[in-house]
Amino acid sequence: MSEPLFLFDLLLALAVVAIAAAALLVRDAFAMIVLFVVFGLLSALAWVRLAAPDVALAEAAIGTGLTGALLLKTLHHLRARGMAGWEPGAAAPRPVPRAVASLNAGLTLAVVAGLGVAILGSPLRVTGLEIAVAEAMPLSGVDNPVTAVLLNFRAYDTLMEVVVLLAAIIVVWQVERGADAAPAPSLGPIWQGFARLTLPAAAIVGVYLLWAGAEAPGGAFQGGAMLAAIGLMLLLTGLYRPHPDHRATARLLFVLGTVAFAAVALLVAGAGRASFEYPQGHAKTLILLIEGLVTISIAVTLTALFHGREPAALKGELRHDP
Amino acid sequence: MTPDLIYGAAGLAVFGIGLWGAIALQDRMRRLLGLKLCSVGAGFVLIVGAWREPPAAPDPVPHALVITGIVVMLSATAAALALIRRLHDLEAADDRA
Repeated sequence: MSEPLFLFDLLLALAVVAIAAAALLVRDAFAMIVLFVVFGLLSALAWVRLAAPDVALAEAAIGTGLTGALLLKTLHHLRARGMAGWEPGAAAPRPVPRAVASLNAGLTLAVVAGLGVAILGSPLRVTGLEIAVAEAMPLSGVDNPVTAVLLNFRAYDTLMEVVVLLAAIIVVWQVERGADAAPAPSLGPIWQGFARLTLPAAAIVGVYLLWAGAEAPGGAFQGGAMLAAIGLMLLLTGLYRPHPDHRATARLLFVLGTVAFAAVALLVAGAGRASFEYPQGHAKTLILLIEGLVTISIAVTLTALFHGREPAALKGELRHDP
Repeated sequence: MTPDLIYGAAGLAVFGIGLWGAIALQDRMRRLLGLKLCSVGAGFVLIVGAWREPPAAPDPVPHALVITGIVVMLSATAAALALIRRLHDLEAADDRA
């Protein structure tokens, strides 16, 4: 390992750990979220160094970008409702008894030490499943091994992942059902021009990420997250306002990916094939079909998760749109 | 010192910081952030496990697992944030009453 890269790795690893600690310890909640976003982007950079560009893209777009947006939206909600403890420079939290604090620290240290022993005791750099994956790649219909694992070899996992996303939006709509209309964050009119300029480019990047996922880093989740960023921009600039009448369409788009995914799994079964055993020569078409529809569902679901409360006409907030 | 050792140690440290935050801090959003740090730390360890000395290609199966984990963690975060918002609203209503 050449010297400059070794130094880079060391500094990056130290920065990741230091910023993770700083994000939890900083007093101001807004600074916490900003530090978390920096932490996520540096983690993604570290994962590029570890030859995992697909994971780095997913972490940057979903784990950092959209998670950061969700955190900021919640902070806006909490601060708009006004409560001591959420303002910067609020009173310190209740003091914790010394015994409890040391118990917490001791427990954490014990778990970390146990994990460290387990990791150091496990054989490093042994051959895992990469040879089995490499042998099966010609049959997978795609050239990117990660996409092949996600949508062909381990497609059940990915189907369940899409179901989890569907469950999340159901939970969010149920939890906030009946809650008062939250003050929606808004960026103001100048941003509408910015949105009109940048959204077409974002759409192209999102679809490109989906398409490139077949042979290069990218895929349905990274592309869907990019398209969800468009949804967030539309919501924040007020170019799109959720309306109760749009709920049926939204629900349809939430389940579209899951239904298409499950339907393909069931339809290819039979004639001696198991579910997800794509017929020879049709794997690429089926994978692209699933990925395309799942990307739409992911984008709409992530946008709805950001918006939060179901757009419902509840008593006291009937809309009178012109 | 190779990248896998450096980032493996960093991932373990991030996991530990997150675990401590999730059990020791009082603020709900910081606890949630602690859990998120745990998930990133676990992602570090999995990706380090998949790493091979170049020019050998890494194992793609853990990579797919971590991508799945990132999406599941986002779903859990969104659900937890909805609960936090609702709890906050209910407490604010109690304070007014």
